[in-house]
Amino acid sequence: MANTFRWYDFILPVVAVILAVGYALYVLNNPTDAMVAGFVTPDRIISSLITHLYLVGVSMALAILAAFPLGILLTRAGFRKFAPLVVGTVNIGQTVPSFAVIALFVGILGIGERTAIFALWVYSLLPILNNTIAGVSGVDRSIIDASRGMGMTRLNTLRKIEIPLAMPVIMAGIRTAVVINAGTAVIAAYVGAGGLGEIIVTGLTLARFQVLMLGALYAALVALMLDYMLGMVERLLPK
Amino acid sequence: MIRLENVSKIYPGQGEPVIENLNLEIQSGEICVLVGESGCGKTTTMRMINKIIPHTGGTIYVDGKDISTIDATELRLNIGYVIQEIGLFPHYTIEKNIATVPIEKKWDKQRIAGRVKELMELMELDYDAYAKKKPRHLSGGQRQRVGVARALAADPPIMLMDEPFGALDPITRMNLQNEFIRIQARIKKTIVFVTHDIDEAVKMGDKIAVMHQGKLVQFGSPQDILTRPTDEFVENLVGHNRILKRFSLIECRAINPSAAVYKLDSERAEIIRRIENFERTSSFPVIGIIDDDYRPIGYIPMFKYEAGDETPIEDRIKKIKPIQTIEDSATLFDALGRLFSSSERCVFRMEPGGRCTGIITMGDLFEAVRVNG
Repeated sequence: MANTFRWYDFILPVVAVILAVGYALYVLNNPTDAMVAGFVTPDRIISSLITHLYLVGVSMALAILAAFPLGILLTRAGFRKFAPLVVGTVNIGQTVPSFAVIALFVGILGIGERTAIFALWVYSLLPILNNTIAGVSGVDRSIIDASRGMGMTRLNTLRKIEIPLAMPVIMAGIRTAVVINAGTAVIAAYVGAGGLGEIIVTGLTLARFQVLMLGALYAALVALMLDYMLGMVERLLPK
Repeated sequence: MIRLENVSKIYPGQGEPVIENLNLEIQSGEICVLVGESGCGKTTTMRMINKIIPHTGGTIYVDGKDISTIDATELRLNIGYVIQEIGLFPHYTIEKNIATVPIEKKWDKQRIAGRVKELMELMELDYDAYAKKKPRHLSGGQRQRVGVARALAADPPIMLMDEPFGALDPITRMNLQNEFIRIQARIKKTIVFVTHDIDEAVKMGDKIAVMHQGKLVQFGSPQDILTRPTDEFVENLVGHNRILKRFSLIECRAINPSAAVYKLDSERAEIIRRIENFERTSSFPVIGIIDDDYRPIGYIPMFKYEAGDETPIEDRIKKIKPIQTIEDSATLFDALGRLFSSSERCVFRMEPGGRCTGIITMGDLFEAVRVNG
């Protein structure tokens, strides 16, 4: 059965937590100098982590709220022809370097959280949009034909048949987006939005490798863990 | 029940109609088979009846009502729909698949559960073994049974079936065809059945509508199509062995055998009279011999008789082992097979109770086709 978990399903989170806590304890107990000791405190690590998760969470939620319905809409008869145009436009957003997007929107939205969330939102749209379109239009035509032919309404066919069958592909898109998002979220520090990027930037500015490493490790582990958690959610969904 | 009046279909931007001026009337309780080559418009015609494809000209009546005045969903909920690809919902259990239309019609849970059980029984699917399984755990034949059960779920008076047995292996297909004919005799649905296989059409159809390039070229009973093809196209479609195909339309009970059967004990005098007076001109001069309980014993080939021959009747009887019998509900095609495979001169025609009602010879087969032609 797909819904029963085995012990090896839990290796990743255990290893991640040991790594995160272990490295933090190591740096806290063995600061190379006063500057490192002053900067690396449990409070700061935790607040950076929370801000990071907040940025990722909000931007991801907004991206799902926008890309999922848009993707569904673009698979409906009458709107299907706009799909390449919309995907193309979103694709452009994706190809522009993340730094450039942030820089561009600092001018409009100013410094702070909003700009960071907006940039992360732009980055997360494409995988979700693409996979929603691919998942829904990949549902076997004969299944839709049977459903409509038997008298299911369009809405019920979408709700009961198309979306559930497309769900694995859509979830894969969301997981791709979350990894990109959590990785990119470190640049939020450059617009004063905080997050784990702040630790990395501090490490770079002070030229302290330990500090830099702390931020990078945490950002990577957050991306891995979010992907892992979504994978678990997917397995728990009724098949 | 279903009537198409001057129906046509032209796709926008195409000059040539795919369906042109189609007139067709399908009676209640009948299977009407639409047959023709791929692209002849048979599937399009079927799909216009439940408005999956909108027709562009003429009128389609279902149950006397013009379908353009009926809401598509409403119409479809009352028309069973079976397609070649089956289209079962892979994420639903068999039970839930079959319950699709009743759920859409908002039946209560108990009624749905009862109906699902009933249908799985009808389609010979083991409820306990399969109800909670997903379609991927079933064989192709079982899946198509589920497909048919799902279409029958809300007991629609009309069924549309698009090559429902097309993707199955020949043996499974034959079994499902036979079963479906048996079930249809009981449920009496009005069925539009699409196939490209003329043998299937002859077997399944009460009426056959032959289509060619968007037009109806012939409409009639299988007998009509096989015996009186209206043009070269239909003739080619039914093929050159249409005589053989007609054998499968006639049941053994329908013919009047030329050779008689006699009871060995109580009709001995008659047997002797027949042997002594047989006409050498008759093509298959045999008589069947049965006992007083109508059980077949054997046959006497009469051409071996010479005047003055005193051989007792018992010694004249050619005993066939095993005795070749055929149920009177079997077709002449089956009788022909039995005759060839046993290389005997006759087979004994049996009533369901096990009484012999006559013998069938090769001569009877020729005669039956000649008379019915």
